[in-house]
Amino acid sequence: MTTVTGVQPFTDDELATIRADVPILGRTVRDGHRLVYLDSGATSQKPRQVLEAERAYYEQHNAAVHRGAHQLAEEATDAYEEARAAVASFVGVNDSEVVFTKNATESLNLVAYAMSNAVTAGPEARRFVLAPGDEVLVTEMEHHANLVPWQQLCRRSGATLRWVPMTDEGRLDLSTLDSLITERTRVVAFTQASNVLGTINPVAPLVSRAKAVGALVVLDVCQSVPHQPVDLAALDVDFAAFSGHKMLGPLGVGVLWGRSELLEAMPPFITGGSMIGSVTMGDATFTAPPQRFEAGVPVAAQAVGLHAAVDYLSALGMDRVAEHERRLTALLLEGLAELPWVRVVGPTSTVDRGGAVSFAVDGVHAHDVGQVLDDQGIAVRVGHHCAEPLHRRMGVVATTRASFGPYNGEDDVRALLAGLQQVRKVFGLAA
Amino acid sequence: MDLYAELILEHSKHPQGEGLRDPFDAEVHHVNTTCGDEVTLRVRLGERDGVTTLEDISFASQGCAISRASASVLHELVSGLPLDEVESTYEAMHGMLTSRGKDPGSEEVLGDGVALAGVAKYPSRVKCALLSWMALTDALARATAVPTAPVPTAGATAGPATGSPVAVKEDPR
Repeated sequence: MTTVTGVQPFTDDELATIRADVPILGRTVRDGHRLVYLDSGATSQKPRQVLEAERAYYEQHNAAVHRGAHQLAEEATDAYEEARAAVASFVGVNDSEVVFTKNATESLNLVAYAMSNAVTAGPEARRFVLAPGDEVLVTEMEHHANLVPWQQLCRRSGATLRWVPMTDEGRLDLSTLDSLITERTRVVAFTQASNVLGTINPVAPLVSRAKAVGALVVLDVCQSVPHQPVDLAALDVDFAAFSGHKMLGPLGVGVLWGRSELLEAMPPFITGGSMIGSVTMGDATFTAPPQRFEAGVPVAAQAVGLHAAVDYLSALGMDRVAEHERRLTALLLEGLAELPWVRVVGPTSTVDRGGAVSFAVDGVHAHDVGQVLDDQGIAVRVGHHCAEPLHRRMGVVATTRASFGPYNGEDDVRALLAGLQQVRKVFGLAA
Repeated sequence: MDLYAELILEHSKHPQGEGLRDPFDAEVHHVNTTCGDEVTLRVRLGERDGVTTLEDISFASQGCAISRASASVLHELVSGLPLDEVESTYEAMHGMLTSRGKDPGSEEVLGDGVALAGVAKYPSRVKCALLSWMALTDALARATAVPTAPVPTAGATAGPATGSPVAVKEDPR
């Protein structure tokens, strides 16, 4: 994450307004403690504008999108398609290229399964077919959602999975990229921002190398889109996946973005209603994207909620969200650096780094760290954060992770740092 | 907080019976999939007055204070017991841990284990406390299985029930 000159973090008053917008931050946990929510990397909390948009949809417009001739169906369809346009514009792409899914995991599986289905699709889908000898390249820092679907695709197709290794600091080791991306490489799938390390990966070198050999680039933007400005078109990737619920939106809606010429040629993953051209008892043709990839009654209320979320984030300004979270990250990293019994797993400066900060506490298992923090009202994530190979590479079984949202403040960082002192005390390790 | 009573911390820092010992009749490997904690556990059966006993239970574990303390308590409570008493001790521990705090546990049956009662109020930690206990029931099922009829558990690499170790990796939910 780079500092944009002149971009200011939120003032105290602005932060207070944001917090007042998020109802759950008003509750207490564990015997009256203020909720210190530092788990937005797992899922974000929701402003009332998002909740009200969903409620208004159900109270005023609910109907099955793309079906029916009645007024409600028209309004529901409009609301859903307006949500698509808003989300598309938020990440700098055309709305016809945005597919609503259940979540980012489904988005990534959609691509992997569509590639399997390409085997029996028409000649236009040939470029998606993998065979023995082909290779799929991922990285050692992937979330399981951007690893396991590719492992499975390789099992189904006979292709070989390879991966970019990491440095001890938790950055991609691109020194062997030329030997990893070759004429055999058909897919390069990687994350823009690590959900564990916070590392922000350089997209351009991987994209240019992949393009040189004609490989498809699939970018996981789950941990970048909610926290910094992202222009997918400018990144020049082929597909990108993110989840609504990590960006102040509701659960149950995710996004797959794909280049229109690719979506046009790609066979469907899930089939059924809404996605067909015409159907006979023996066969079916499929409709154009994005509907081709949205079988069944669409998640309209959730899409409407996500629309409200991107409006909310746009009003805050993503550059300001990024700067705000960068300052919190810097404060946390500085605080942790003063604790010799804490080891940060990942980059220790805010250069090319997002706001996920994972760490190990000497002599105390992550689960126990999380438990003692929870006892003080501090919500963090513990475990392997759906990235087991990453943890194995970094030499830890489990870590404690703090991650930020726009509603976090310096008081949250101070609460965490104080909470860690309490962890030492409970386990009899305090000096 | 009541979860980390002095007794629990003591058990977790110095787990009773830790270490893998030979000979053994069955070995299992269980993983808590939510955090990657793991335990390798061995059982050796014996016989006293015509009754089958759990002669020794040995383990190597990597995990949180709760899972390590629970393995230590497990060793302390059931080593040397006839299998039916091992079973009833397991039932008492399982009952207490899954009671959401309603069953404080009987000190007569569970000894130091009643200090784990606080875990029941934290549903996400019950798995930690049960890890070694689930591994034990699995290991006993394998050790007492009829030879030539390996237990058909998912993910198991089954082998003869006596003499050679049997490994299984699964989520002990």
